[in-house]
Amino acid sequence: MDKPFAITLDLGSSRANHTGSWRSRRPEYVDRLPPCNHACPAGEDVQRWLYHAEEGDYRAAWQALVEDNPFPAVMGRACYHPCETSCNRAKIDEPVSIHAVERFLGDLAIREKWPLSAPLPPTGKRVLVIGSGPSGLSAAYHLARMGHAVTVREAMPLAGGMMRYGIPRYRLPRDVLDAEVARIFDLGVHFEPGVRVDDVATSVAEGGFAACFAAIGAHLANRVEIPARDAARIFDAVDLLQRVEQGEAPRLGRRVAIYGGGDTAFDAARTVKRLGAEEACIVYRRTQAAMPAHAFEVAEAAEEGVTMRWLRTIKRFDEDRIVVERMELDEAGRLKATGEVETIEADALVLALGQNVDLSVLEKVDGVRVVDRVIEVDDRMMTGHPGLFAGGDMVPSERSIAIAVGHGKAAARHLDAYVRGEKAKAPPPREVATFETLNPWYYTEADRTSQPAADPVRRRATFDEVNGGLTADDALFEARRCLSCGNCFECDNCYGVCPDNAVIKLGPGKRFRIDLDFCKGCGLCVAECPCGAIRMVPEDG
Amino acid sequence: MSQRIKFYQTGTLTAGNRLLDPETRAVQSSVDRSNALTSGHRACQGCGEALGARWVLDAAMRATGGQLVVVNATGCLEVFTTPYPESSWQVPWLHSLFANAASVATGVAAAMRSKGSAVRVVAQGGDGGTMDIGFGALSGMFERNDDVLYVCYDNEAYMNTGVQRSSATPPLARTATTPALGPEPGNEFGHGKNAPLIAMAHGIPYVATASVADLHDLEDKVEAAMKVHGARYLHVHVPCPLGWGSASDDTIKVARLAVQCGLFPLFEAEHGEVVRRTPIRQRQPVEAYLRLQRRFDHLFAGGRVDVERIARLQAIADRNIERFRLLTGD
Ligand SMILES: Cc1ncc(C[n+]2csc(CCOP(=O)(O)OP(=O)(O)O)c2C)c(N)n1
Ligand code: SF4
Ligand SMILES: [Mg+2]
Repeated sequence: MDKPFAITLDLGSSRANHTGSWRSRRPEYVDRLPPCNHACPAGEDVQRWLYHAEEGDYRAAWQALVEDNPFPAVMGRACYHPCETSCNRAKIDEPVSIHAVERFLGDLAIREKWPLSAPLPPTGKRVLVIGSGPSGLSAAYHLARMGHAVTVREAMPLAGGMMRYGIPRYRLPRDVLDAEVARIFDLGVHFEPGVRVDDVATSVAEGGFAACFAAIGAHLANRVEIPARDAARIFDAVDLLQRVEQGEAPRLGRRVAIYGGGDTAFDAARTVKRLGAEEACIVYRRTQAAMPAHAFEVAEAAEEGVTMRWLRTIKRFDEDRIVVERMELDEAGRLKATGEVETIEADALVLALGQNVDLSVLEKVDGVRVVDRVIEVDDRMMTGHPGLFAGGDMVPSERSIAIAVGHGKAAARHLDAYVRGEKAKAPPPREVATFETLNPWYYTEADRTSQPAADPVRRRATFDEVNGGLTADDALFEARRCLSCGNCFECDNCYGVCPDNAVIKLGPGKRFRIDLDFCKGCGLCVAECPCGAIRMVPEDG
Repeated sequence: MSQRIKFYQTGTLTAGNRLLDPETRAVQSSVDRSNALTSGHRACQGCGEALGARWVLDAAMRATGGQLVVVNATGCLEVFTTPYPESSWQVPWLHSLFANAASVATGVAAAMRSKGSAVRVVAQGGDGGTMDIGFGALSGMFERNDDVLYVCYDNEAYMNTGVQRSSATPPLARTATTPALGPEPGNEFGHGKNAPLIAMAHGIPYVATASVADLHDLEDKVEAAMKVHGARYLHVHVPCPLGWGSASDDTIKVARLAVQCGLFPLFEAEHGEVVRRTPIRQRQPVEAYLRLQRRFDHLFAGGRVDVERIARLQAIADRNIERFRLLTGD
């Protein structure tokens, strides 16, 4: 063998000295659960698809995304993104704008006409899905991919459920929704619109279905008794939004009051504005802070000229005004009527006081249990009736599109196992990658990218989309703000910082291995791993 | 905009980065690095000196295309790497005495020159070997402008013989010879010297400070040093878990705090003038640095914080920040 320059004698290498024997703790590579994934009700592996997006490989990113959720363009717009609320980057500057990147990927896929990957070979099993909202379509998507023959029945003329009849167009343009829905049907899902299922058991039996997933939502509006001279001037928000979507907007008048403080109240108020009302006034019983609506909804509504009156209950609706009573908080923070009344001029009143499930479809089915006006399901999303699964707004939950999509996915997994006579195995639990497991020193400063928004004044007159998407450059930048919490992104720090040269670099995509012959267990690789993908464990014995 | 896209999660703060072009990644991120100081050495767990030496020499190996001879002074770095007949060095390496590394390196450089060889020379030693017993030899090497890069691994005491004070030991630090006793616990204020500034006073082509807290910065400086000929000096801050009483996994964190608090300024000088400084990125109080090290325990004894003494150290850090313009770097 050629000897290096100036070396003439063989000499022993210190590599004969296995200093690994000094060790009492050893580093171990882990894949912790990123908080975004942990928080995502739809079960998305956010960190994983961002990882592909960071490389500019949007196709791979989108592919990874739709493994879990077939609606990136919809969800990137309409989801309230709990992932961002729990994003670790918030503790450095601001959360990664996950929804904006998701939307970018979704829009790109639509533009590029990327197809969903082909289903597995047919299983020969037929499955019925009742309802084509986010939950039903999510289940249909996953079941179809598993090779089942899926039929979706829908009472309304078009698919989408709340995505179509609840979320206004200015938040979710219909061409976007249509494109993502069509892609699911293109997998071979059989869609039957305008078909209301009244008798589940008979439908299942007659159709030869091996199992059924029901997700009919909660679209019965809660009502309160409000004495009114003209009851025809009182509308339900859900009903109003649905009629607007069907091109049958009622005449409301110049001034409209909306009763309620949730997102639906704000959707209604902003819709009413766009229908031409000069005034849209939110009336809410509690304080501003207690409003369940999301902050951005409130802010965008205010920009569009929606006014708000907090701490007011509606007593009466007279000819052209509503009479409200002022409320206040007592010292214990409890809501208390004051007896003081005032009036708000209004030609119409929209009630947005929450929704209920139409239980008539399921409650007569054998074994199905109703608790608190929703359908009880077990941890497999199955009702008390074997083979009948349920999800979305009709089962106990916080009711959001993301949750509904997650229910659909979970139900599909268990339903699939059910028809095979198996039990779905739960994935092994993963430790959450908390901020404390990271080494934030290594992350460069990078402010969050914001999406362009249409001018508020122009917004009032049109149902055009309010928020724009990110440019490709911005999307790439935003994806690269991700800290890759808990998952190695091959920054080579462990390999670089080991004083004992005991980290073996395996090459791109293959990560690293610890050379236990020489690792003394100092823990530097763990301490200097930016993303918390290594942990120290005690040596046994 | 395209400027913005260059940024990727960690930029160049981490050793590598899958999206940066290979040139921008550190030598230490490469599977082709020479591992000039390889595994099996007997340095303590988390040794900053072992780490710093590999970083420096791998960078020098790359810069010279492997045409390198290393001369080592006595000290931990020599002792933990070469118990007969084993050696951890994967580079031609020579050890003579505690005091004479600079002189031996001068001789090697002269020999290479007379042979018409392009082989370059690096001399290296601890702070004791460099700043105390070997200082005369070093100054001679500087004033003759011999073609040697001398690297001092500063762990702020004579570690190999049991943590005795050196002229690099900071005020207040407890060592075996500066116990934390009496009215002036630990090392005295007003003692010691600043080797990089003295090196600069020789007017040599290149002087720089570096730290195991900043890999890219360190490698850049080694590369810059190897680009020039003549006498060059690199002073590298290398925490010693044993001597400083810090946790083995805190070595880089401690080094980082020393830089971020201003106690260890990072700069480059050419021909006696400071030409570049590495700006402080996240300024820290010296107290954060001190708290991780048991050699400063007496400042926090019994739950009481010795505010006055800490303020004196803080003043030194503040003065560095001002003097080297460390907040802006320009
Ligand atoms: C002339 C001479 N005096 C004393 C010693 C003993 N000795 C060996 S290493 C050392 C201390 C080295 O300290 P430093 O140079 O700071 O290196 P470190 O071990 O801290 O890395 C001493 C005093 C020696 N080898 N030769
Ligand atoms: S930084 Fe990335 S991985 Fe971490 S929580 Fe945010 S989006 Fe998820
Ligand atoms: Mg020393």
